Amino acid sequence: MPAPTCSSCHAARAALRRPRSGQALCGSCFCAAFEAEVLHTVLAGRLLPPGAVVAVGASGGKDSTVLAHVLRELTPRLGITLHLVAVDEGIGGYRDAALEAVSSQAARWELPLTIVAYADLFGGWTMDAVARSTAGSGRSRSCCTFCGVLRRRALEEGARLVGATHIVTGHNADDMAETVLMNFLRGDTGRLARGGVLGSGGEGCALPRCRPLQFASQKEVVLYAHFRRLRYFSEECVYAPEAFRGHARDLLKQLEAARPSTVLDLVHSAERLALAPAARPPPPGTCSRCGALASHTLCQACALLDGLNRGLPRLAIGKGRRVLQAQPPLPGNRSQATSDPVAPRGPCTCEQSRDGATLCRDGGGQAGAPCALQSDLSATE
Amino acid sequence: MCQAGEDYAGLAHREPPPGPRPGREQKCVKCAEGQPVVVIRAGDAFCRDCFKAFYVHKFRAMLGKNRLIFPGEKVLLAWSGGPSSSSMVWQVLEGLSQDSAKRLRFVPGVIYVDEGAACGQSLKDRGKTLAEVKLILQNTGFPWHVVTLEEVFSLPPSVLCSASQEPAGTEEAYKAAVDSFLQQHRVLGVEGCASPAQGEDQPHPSPSQEPPGVAGSPAAAQTEALSRLFTSIKTLTAKEELLQMLRTHLIVHVARTHGYRKVMTGESCTRLAIKLMTNLALGRGAFLAWDTGFSDERHGDVVLVRPMRDHTLKEVAFYNHLFGVPSVFTPAIETKAPEKASIHRLMEAFILRLQTVFPSTVSTVYRTSEKLVKAPREGCATGPSGHNCLLCMCALDIDTADSATAFGAQSSSHVSQMLPASTKMPTPPCCGAGEGQAQSYHRAVGRSGDVQACIIEQLCYSCRVNMKDLPSLDPLPPYVLAEAQLRSQR
Repeated sequence: MPAPTCSSCHAARAALRRPRSGQALCGSCFCAAFEAEVLHTVLAGRLLPPGAVVAVGASGGKDSTVLAHVLRELTPRLGITLHLVAVDEGIGGYRDAALEAVSSQAARWELPLTIVAYADLFGGWTMDAVARSTAGSGRSRSCCTFCGVLRRRALEEGARLVGATHIVTGHNADDMAETVLMNFLRGDTGRLARGGVLGSGGEGCALPRCRPLQFASQKEVVLYAHFRRLRYFSEECVYAPEAFRGHARDLLKQLEAARPSTVLDLVHSAERLALAPAARPPPPGTCSRCGALASHTLCQACALLDGLNRGLPRLAIGKGRRVLQAQPPLPGNRSQATSDPVAPRGPCTCEQSRDGATLCRDGGGQAGAPCALQSDLSATE
Repeated sequence: MCQAGEDYAGLAHREPPPGPRPGREQKCVKCAEGQPVVVIRAGDAFCRDCFKAFYVHKFRAMLGKNRLIFPGEKVLLAWSGGPSSSSMVWQVLEGLSQDSAKRLRFVPGVIYVDEGAACGQSLKDRGKTLAEVKLILQNTGFPWHVVTLEEVFSLPPSVLCSASQEPAGTEEAYKAAVDSFLQQHRVLGVEGCASPAQGEDQPHPSPSQEPPGVAGSPAAAQTEALSRLFTSIKTLTAKEELLQMLRTHLIVHVARTHGYRKVMTGESCTRLAIKLMTNLALGRGAFLAWDTGFSDERHGDVVLVRPMRDHTLKEVAFYNHLFGVPSVFTPAIETKAPEKASIHRLMEAFILRLQTVFPSTVSTVYRTSEKLVKAPREGCATGPSGHNCLLCMCALDIDTADSATAFGAQSSSHVSQMLPASTKMPTPPCCGAGEGQAQSYHRAVGRSGDVQACIIEQLCYSCRVNMKDLPSLDPLPPYVLAEAQLRSQR
């Protein structure tokens, strides 16, 4: 039985059926439709005004590759300029390979690329160092918690370096659906209330962030990359198997098999959640240390780094955060720490001394405490 | 998981901390005297009496905290035969027979809905189940009603109208009602029998009520119509949803006819957590507070109440086992269905599996459900006020203006739903194709397509997605079709 003809151009043979509607399209019509939808998302939501300097969070993975490609196709229509910003979290065996992919993409598309590294921005703390410091406590390492928060800070820094006015990331509809499921399972009402489908409009001093691919399902992103022959890095992060998001992701895949429109239904549900005013997070102020957007005295990045530097990596995770004071890590403040050293330390010197040492007797973190620090969406590949 | 304090099952590098095991030397954590028989939550061992007190206290506290059930009010207990609702009926039974100070003060009745036709059971099996059911119902001593699901075919369209509600009881009204009720008791003297005094209510009808037609079997035509409806539905998810809606309509109708103002359903904490996540996945995010909250007033004069929402399924099972609560097993529509058969089954399996790894999952989801409010999210485009969904009776959460594209569920239709209805963006070519498809479909199908389209327009987002699984809307019960017709002509 011959394949049906494309229902859009009625000329070529159809190469795929769109996952949601079952419409049969040929490769080029599908790509055109995909680009048109992204354009519509951007225009209808007024996400990127003309003249914007847009920093694209590029990880080398499929979503950011497709995002960069589509935006590059649309730059004449939108009147924007693009910069690629890649973040080096210092995950050995994973991030270095991905960065090569980003570099080759930047060269091929002739887009300026800036790489920001955790090691430079955060006093030598790479993700591998964080993982080492949180390991050995018998509890889950919460690597994704640290990575997500720090990456957003790093993206913001990188965007400022290139003089950008907007930040875009490649989150797709599946990511949004997973996030809603995850936040419900963890009881994170703060993020559920804040969960703007349209991306944040830049409160205070933070740059406005948006997600042009947020209505595209993951399957369509992969298909687009296939038809446009885009090359990307497709391995999973080394720490990903430990993440809670994996559960939500498995669930979503199964739900999609039972009912294909589940992803859309979840996004629809997320848009219309009505949470009690008391459950919503307080209006954000500024961090007393670095001046970035913060809901408490210290922004999350500073709080997490504080905890790491003090040898109490879980200090800023869980209920202990409430009593966190905005104190710089001076030698005189050691009375609170259960470990003994007298100097504020970075990761390089403490690894050996801390292996197996007692860690993270954080006062908070009871079972059932909502871990409020996982950023709203984790990284895409 | 990011919850600090949780042992991650995957990284089992060290042994789990030795938990308190109820050995012979262990005593009940509450009274420190009795021998513990059951462990609730993590490591709390209770003896039999303390467990019973804990369980009953939860039930009473849930009712007392919400102050919705006024004294002397007629309350219909929806009993499915399963453990949670049986436990609920048992609690009411015990609560009414206590000494007057702590006695429950409402007037209960029990209803059982026979869904055998929808589940494909034979008449013989249904008869056997009914005999067991009637035995238990007679033993409760409450007025009972047994209805079959086939009776939805004789429901009036008014069941889908949210009847005007009397002003909700305020704090003062509740206190005043309780005070006047107590005063009446003092005046009339203590009634020693199990059933509480009526006050101004009409006297009970005789305890054993035989609704017409139950003596034999329901009309065979109706049974066939019902099974035709359910076999025509393509997915188990849609079947389950439709069954719930029809059952609710039937119960509300019976409640209205017999003057019951409240209906109590026995959904436990575990079931509600699963229901919340399921409804999220079905697109009912706007209505979660009604679907899983304590009270559900969408039908207007009849309010659904969930007093068992604080009890986990484990506690219910232990209580029923320890105290001999009678229950009847009836196969449901998804009994023995494979795990991946429906969204409901998937979500149930997922949550229960996650619960074994992270024991606080159910309680976390439950606590989140308590923070949901019954209001549309600000800045959201909702349908014109006053319009409710035809089937689930919640306020429409979809812009009626773009119903054609919404049904096609193309991506841009979502964007146009989110924006204020005033800005109309040009649709890109593929969505033009999608809309053209939907319109041509409507034209091709002709008159029945018109009826179909007019029904679809009156449904909320999740009901629309469900109706997609019905190839034709004709087998729906006549009251649905009639009400749709009425509304479209208004």
